[in-house]
Amino acid sequence: MQKVNRDVLLEKAAAMLDAGEVQAVLGWGAGEFAYDVTPRVFETSDELRADFVWNDFCGANLSKYLVSKTKKLEGKLLVFLKPCDTYSFNQLLTEHRFEREKVYAVAVPCEGMADVQKLKALAGDGISSIESTDSGFSVTTIYDDAPVEVKGADVLLEKCANCKSRKHVAYDELLGDEGEVLDSNRFDEVERIEAMTSEERFAFWQGELSRCIRCNACRDVCPACTCEKCVFDNPNSGAENKAPTTSFEEQMFHVIRAFHVAGRCTDCGECSRVCPQNIPLHLLNRKFIKDINTFYGEYQAGAEEGSRAPLVDYTLEDLEAEDVFKKEAE
Amino acid sequence: MQVNEYKPLIVAFCCNWCSYAGADLAGNNRLNYPADVKIIRVPCSCRVNPMFILRAFQRGADGVIICGCHPGDCHYTSGNYYTRRRMALLFSMLDFLGIERERTRLEWVSAAEGAKFAATMNDFAETVAALGENKRLEDLRCKK
Repeated sequence: MQKVNRDVLLEKAAAMLDAGEVQAVLGWGAGEFAYDVTPRVFETSDELRADFVWNDFCGANLSKYLVSKTKKLEGKLLVFLKPCDTYSFNQLLTEHRFEREKVYAVAVPCEGMADVQKLKALAGDGISSIESTDSGFSVTTIYDDAPVEVKGADVLLEKCANCKSRKHVAYDELLGDEGEVLDSNRFDEVERIEAMTSEERFAFWQGELSRCIRCNACRDVCPACTCEKCVFDNPNSGAENKAPTTSFEEQMFHVIRAFHVAGRCTDCGECSRVCPQNIPLHLLNRKFIKDINTFYGEYQAGAEEGSRAPLVDYTLEDLEAEDVFKKEAE
Repeated sequence: MQVNEYKPLIVAFCCNWCSYAGADLAGNNRLNYPADVKIIRVPCSCRVNPMFILRAFQRGADGVIICGCHPGDCHYTSGNYYTRRRMALLFSMLDFLGIERERTRLEWVSAAEGAKFAATMNDFAETVAALGENKRLEDLRCKK
């Protein structure tokens, strides 16, 4: 259950819209079901009152939408940012992807967001209503009148279960508490894979990546992937649709996708959240983050606006490529 | 004489200013290195996009080596420093995905190091030959 109530956010946004201080509000809008909350731009306070949502299913990171939405607006855009979204916000600002003056950022504390897949696994398919309780959710399905009680901690999104920080690193206004950087175990899974043999690792990734359907959702949602022309959109590559590809194309796509955001990835976890095939894509990004931390010193993308990403920087004493595996063994 | 003796196919990306000249020197000095090494000239080792390396593997390369100027000697001042960071991360990632780490290498070869070029290529070809064919990254569509 989120600490700050929906009404607090709603009143804030509605007041600013009505006063003309902002031209539109970027928030989360209601979908058909209680759990399919989608990012949405609201232009009037009536729209806001009808459809604005702030609950445990607002996992979507809104910062990437600022790039396209601020271009179309004359005035300001109010945006709600969870702590992990503020890292992406900073990273986009560092890369000059939108104008800071056109955005009014409202930071909202977050207690972790729920994963509807996990919820369905515990409560069953055909969810008709979800009530928030003190410890989690009370879920009713169309097959059963009695609600199922589910603990909130059991259905957290992967990115929230291994949350790196509840600190807001950028905002104009803060609703609620500031939050702190957390000690997370986010590299545990990467270490587990590193400990496997080469054959096991290959088999593991072959199994995961061969499920890829090349829907490009991971690329489209990623706040670090904001190129207007993408290398993967080349119609001549033969890789833009799934049918003619072999397993190689998936490896190629995922290695390059992860490499293109290496050093700029804030580990917001959106890639694996949106993956329809549940591929643990965040592990590839975390591998790069972990390596960068070991080889070139601790670096958190987006923690500070204007910081220099490790791959556009160098020192004279950098590690040689052949010493990589020696360093890892230490 | 064995008819189907396995010989690894090796792609070497050589920077125009140092390593390519180093390869030239190796040739002028009549130093032997395997004919299976295919050299691709690039303006700077920094020009090598990680995608080039994966594409080479896709098209049937068994090993990929990138050669550039020694750190500090880059014709463009700092290109090879970026290469060093990129390749360190890429090689580590390929290893993470279960690709044999011996199949990729980054070496610094200057224009005066013809002997080092030949020795490096001999050594790399031997290492790759010991691993055998690259089965994990090849694309079957590209096989004739």
